[in-house]
Amino acid sequence: MGGIVKYKDTAGRFRGSVFWRHFQKNKLGLVGTGIVLVLAAIALLAPVLSPYDPSDMDDLHILSTPSRDHWFGTDRLGRDVLSRVIWGSRISLLVGFIAVGIATLIGVLLGALAGYYGRWADSLIMRFVDLMLCFPTFFLILAVIAFLEPSIWNIMVVIGATGWMGVARLVRAEFLSLKEREFVLSARALGASDLRIISRHILPNALAPVLVSATLGVAGAILTESALSFLGIGIQPPTPSWGNILTGGKDNLEIAWWLSFFPGLAILVTVLGYNLLGEGIRDALDPRLRQE
Amino acid sequence: MLSHIVKRILLSLPLLIGITFVSFLVIRLAPGEPVSLQTDLNPRVSAASKAQLRHLYGLDEPLPVQYAKWAWRSFRLDFGRSFSPDGRKVTEKIAERIPITIFLSLLEMLVIVLIAIPIGILSATRQYSLFDKSTTIFVFLGFAMPTFWLALLCMNLFGVHLGWLPISGLQSMNYAQLSMGGKILDRAQHLIMPVLVGAFGGLAGFSRYMRSNMLEVIRQDYIRTARAKGLSERTVIYKHALRNALLPVVTILGLSVPGLIGGGVIFETIFAIPGMGQLFYGSVMSRDYPVIMGILVIGAALTLFGNLLADISYALVDPRIRVAKER
Repeated sequence: MGGIVKYKDTAGRFRGSVFWRHFQKNKLGLVGTGIVLVLAAIALLAPVLSPYDPSDMDDLHILSTPSRDHWFGTDRLGRDVLSRVIWGSRISLLVGFIAVGIATLIGVLLGALAGYYGRWADSLIMRFVDLMLCFPTFFLILAVIAFLEPSIWNIMVVIGATGWMGVARLVRAEFLSLKEREFVLSARALGASDLRIISRHILPNALAPVLVSATLGVAGAILTESALSFLGIGIQPPTPSWGNILTGGKDNLEIAWWLSFFPGLAILVTVLGYNLLGEGIRDALDPRLRQE
Repeated sequence: MLSHIVKRILLSLPLLIGITFVSFLVIRLAPGEPVSLQTDLNPRVSAASKAQLRHLYGLDEPLPVQYAKWAWRSFRLDFGRSFSPDGRKVTEKIAERIPITIFLSLLEMLVIVLIAIPIGILSATRQYSLFDKSTTIFVFLGFAMPTFWLALLCMNLFGVHLGWLPISGLQSMNYAQLSMGGKILDRAQHLIMPVLVGAFGGLAGFSRYMRSNMLEVIRQDYIRTARAKGLSERTVIYKHALRNALLPVVTILGLSVPGLIGGGVIFETIFAIPGMGQLFYGSVMSRDYPVIMGILVIGAALTLFGNLLADISYALVDPRIRVAKER
């Protein structure tokens, strides 16, 4: 990870302009940034943008095809699909961010402990990581959810609590290499406490790969949430989520293609956006990849 | 070599114990007791019969004792009886489903390998060409595609509109009356969509992986040597480079086991395929917790087995690893 150093000036501050100069060369990364920003705007402005109330039922327009009044058509209760997709973006992004926040927190904490203290703490934590990786993630999530109320908070916690292993491995690897570096040794010689060395000296230098994995993690969490909601054990109707709109699409597959087409497209574009952004950041941070 | 294999197997034993431990914790630390499902909704259940039920399932014993008993039975593949009305043995229920899931996963792997390897080679040898760029876009779409959405789209297009393929199950209603050839054709028709859809996600990652492997190998000195002595580009790529680029493939195949099995929940449910994933989904919906625990343990054990197999076969095909590890 020699690449990170390049973005620091002599005082160790992150040089955003240098990062940006490399990042903007990556067209796909820029596309990803655009998608992510537009989505954030849609989620924030949902009340203004959505043409109808997402839970307003219109008995006269049940399962109507996309038209000028209802761009994405209506569902079997006569609700406007466009409005539901717009409001669904709030759910998806909320779940994505909080789940990844939880996963990153756990991963950074355990990875830092393992990498910094080494020895038995390291073996214990890393064997636990190996163990968790044995479980097909989706199985684990479903098993836990089966015994909880399928509320949005439970979904976030469960997705987060089953998705931290990659971050822990990353952070551990960073800590292993950074803790032998001169600046850490000098901090220790000056009598800095372990907590201070970990949080002020090593962690800031280890965050770049974490940022990349968190960005990609948002995409993964959104996919997982939508799959859970699609299966009926995620976000429960009437709260609109892309996954549960798709459930309606499956039930009316033969008569209403728009019910499954638009929310799926929304998921695809969102996940694509975060993946492209994550890859863009990774490429800009890692000079070895840039040479290719 | 033998000592390496034995060592790997011994190392995975503690993991196996850990798997049962985590499965047990996940289920037991979750709020709500398994018997509450059978008793809470029934007003006629007295406190005494509730206690009797708890005793029957051993829930009145301390947690460590419960775990020890359950883990011991799990190792002998005895997960008790299902809570569903049929009350059958969990092991029996899983055993009749597992071959379907494994068969599907193997087919998916086959499809992934057959398509991804050529794509990877071509886009590596023609780096930055139109082909490479369009596969890059395909890869990003593949990563972002929600499998269940792809399944719905395919069902809609090929099943409903074009009517080419059946959209659910593994066989038609009249399967028993079909001739031998008809049976095979019928099976194949039912399998095409689930297998292709299931393989799609892995396809993207795998072809990407193959590409970067190939790129790494063709920059090595021995490839330059092969070119320098005047071998044709064909021989250099397909005889010299490909062999080494293919080595890590076995590892990735082993590591893709949890993804394939876990993904099975979604598309087995969508396509109504009676595999382990569908059983798991049904058990989750009805909180049939002996079955949930059983599948959790078996799914994790299969993953562990996949990892082990990947590790051993990698050492088998790559002498460099073998020598390094035996030292």
